[in-house]
Amino acid sequence: MVKNIKLIAVVSLVIISFFILLKGLNKTNNYSPDLNSSKIDFNFKAKFLYSNEETTLYELINDKDFSIINIWASWCLPCRDEHSFLLNLKSLDKLNIIGINYKDNEINAKKFIKELGNPYSKIVVDPSGVNSIELGAYGVPETLLVHNKTKTILKKYIGPLDDEKLAELKMIIKNEN
Amino acid sequence: MKIKILVLIIFYLIGSLNLSYAANSEKVDQISKNLRCLICQGQSVYDSQSDFALSMKILIQNKIDEGKNNEQIYKFLKRKYGEWIVYDPEINKNTFLLWLLPLILFVFGAILIIRKLSIK
Repeated sequence: MVKNIKLIAVVSLVIISFFILLKGLNKTNNYSPDLNSSKIDFNFKAKFLYSNEETTLYELINDKDFSIINIWASWCLPCRDEHSFLLNLKSLDKLNIIGINYKDNEINAKKFIKELGNPYSKIVVDPSGVNSIELGAYGVPETLLVHNKTKTILKKYIGPLDDEKLAELKMIIKNEN
Repeated sequence: MKIKILVLIIFYLIGSLNLSYAANSEKVDQISKNLRCLICQGQSVYDSQSDFALSMKILIQNKIDEGKNNEQIYKFLKRKYGEWIVYDPEINKNTFLLWLLPLILFVFGAILIIRKLSIK
């Protein structure tokens, strides 16, 4: 009898762990933290790509309803893929697209823009990557949708934009005021 | 023989160059050992040479230069990246089991021992 109970216990334990692991297989491995504070500091200083002037992100995000902050680099291949989506977003009136050039070589960055087109209204550089960390970013490419009035992050995409994300972005911009 | 010595000297120089390159201030090392590198999971920021980790080390150095203490730096990073970035989890509704389980097991074990002793 005691043996039976032990057997049942072991078998049920194996079955339970099997299902737990099976469920775990479907989960994505990439951990992305919940945005516990969607407000970010926009007051760090950064230099423009096309001039030597310094600015703060705070000044950059003021003129329209929404801003997209896109972190990119010329050495980043997925950035090349998502570039057409950014160009697509450029046509939206309410939107202001700001580029942060992450750990890049100035000449290569300018070449990249020349080659693929410029979706950004302003581009600032982040040679050490520190500014991107102030924004809570992981690396390139990364896209943040910011509500200009409240200075909050409405949406954050880690990784390149695609059709689905583009549609979602447009939806959010359309619905929110 | 002379060539051997020359090669050794060159190797030594290259080695010492690398060492000086890797040398961060001790405080940066201490803090970055407690931070999880978010894009290279399983490594600490201290161990990693990814772009993310390198920038993080610069940022920590900047914060130290600004006069921030360890607590303030952890708090800053937690606000940016969430609880997950530090290796030392806080007690909250998601982690209470993590913290309490060893205690519960300890008490349970103690009860078992006491019972065994008292039966004897």
